Amino acid sequence: MERVTALYERHAMAGARMAPFAGYIMPISYPTGIIAEHNAVRTAAGLFDISHMGLILAEGRGALTYLRWLLCNDMAGLAQNGVRYSPILNESGGVIDDALVACLGANLYAIIVNASNIESDFTWMKRHRFGDTALYDISRDVAILAVQGPRAAAIMSVLADPDELPKRYYTFSPWISVAEVAAFVSRTGYTGEDGFEIFVHKPCVTQVWDALMDISGDFGMIPCGLGARDTLRLEAAMPLYGHEMTDSITPLEAGMGRFVTMDRGKGDFIGRAALEAKGKPERRRVGLRMTGRGIAREGCAVYSGDKQIGYVTSGTRLPSMGYAGALALVDTRHRAEGTELEVDIRGRRVTAQVVKLPFYSRSRETDKSSKITYEPSGYTLPHAQLHNYII
Amino acid sequence: MTFPKSLSYAKTHEWIEPLGGGSYRIGLTDYAQRALGDVVFVNLPEPGDALVEGEAFCDVESVKAVSDVFSPLTGTVAEINAALLDSPERINQDCYAAWLITARADAPGADWLDADAYAALAEAEAKTH
Repeated sequence: MERVTALYERHAMAGARMAPFAGYIMPISYPTGIIAEHNAVRTAAGLFDISHMGLILAEGRGALTYLRWLLCNDMAGLAQNGVRYSPILNESGGVIDDALVACLGANLYAIIVNASNIESDFTWMKRHRFGDTALYDISRDVAILAVQGPRAAAIMSVLADPDELPKRYYTFSPWISVAEVAAFVSRTGYTGEDGFEIFVHKPCVTQVWDALMDISGDFGMIPCGLGARDTLRLEAAMPLYGHEMTDSITPLEAGMGRFVTMDRGKGDFIGRAALEAKGKPERRRVGLRMTGRGIAREGCAVYSGDKQIGYVTSGTRLPSMGYAGALALVDTRHRAEGTELEVDIRGRRVTAQVVKLPFYSRSRETDKSSKITYEPSGYTLPHAQLHNYII
Repeated sequence: MTFPKSLSYAKTHEWIEPLGGGSYRIGLTDYAQRALGDVVFVNLPEPGDALVEGEAFCDVESVKAVSDVFSPLTGTVAEINAALLDSPERINQDCYAAWLITARADAPGADWLDADAYAALAEAEAKTH
């Protein structure tokens, strides 16, 4: 039996198309449609309910030492109020999940994990726990919203003190007031845009959602479902667990080498020996732009001539790019930009070209204009005025 | 949802417009286009391709999924609506103008429904999805 998030009624009232995802009934899209939702995030802002995500706390004097063993990216040097990404590996170097780690203090870390893996991650973390570290799964007590898009900072500045909001990407502000609810706000996201993720005590989330929806019209923000979340992350070439990363794909194969700290300073971690034994990866994640007519989907075989050299891990039409694109795991000999390949789409060979990732990256202009809005101003502008200021 | 009275309908959610002389125009119903969501790709057959009632002759893709379109008759493809190849969103904008193919057939399909019968079927399916 699937669970629902605290916002289920809000989604149903809005006419969202709901479907089971990772044990929850989640909104896939609203009546606006996935493409309109996608475009809103690229040009204005989108509001997502991501309460299905998991939140695990690691606390104790041994917490940092433990996380350095548990995770392949090094959490040493992660400052208080900083956020860092890491895959979580098994002993054979495969990826069992990926996580954002937020440092709440010298002995306290919050670990944000994928919804589908909360139980298996927590079991894994407890199994490998050592020293003075306590682990708490608080996923069911917490609801999470994401406000994403170039106007996200302006929107958040209406409901929170702009001085208190996290200023830099991959930082957070602990327990600030958002719509008069105590919230943990991180400047993170999964869309390729500037944005915030807002963590609140579950019973309070409707108050924050309603406050955001009340001002949404002034900023062109609309609620967005998991469909748009997927097209947005795919354009930004952000890997998705279960697709680009699985327990049989290493982070190096997935092109996530910069999140694996192999230098001696970090010391041992789960999966390190296997990664060292494997050496240089023989297959790598690439981006494909479909040059023939068709949309490559997950599982489609990728060919060079008559030889299968890989397979598609995710694919769709990329709304902001105007063409179909895919992420694929291919033999490293075929990963060079410009390489012409073919994808078997339900029995039909369609031409594709290896292209540089990400497909989409936000423009400097967008960054500049949004930066203006989070200069400390000391007071909150009425949102109508703020809206004019940004446009 | 709207289902024009002048059209016939297949249970697999295609509309059929008899053009006379054994010719038929075929497209997707309002129920189908709503269920699909934003259509981003249409893969049409070629003129001359054989059509078998109940078998897939075309596929349409929304952002999230691929769906087969089933032939409501047995015959051959006469023309395709090539404009859809570049503008598949027309199916969402006006599904009764955005026809997929015209076809030639010796006989209409055995199980075609009129607008009222199809509307009842579509509404029942909409409730279960």
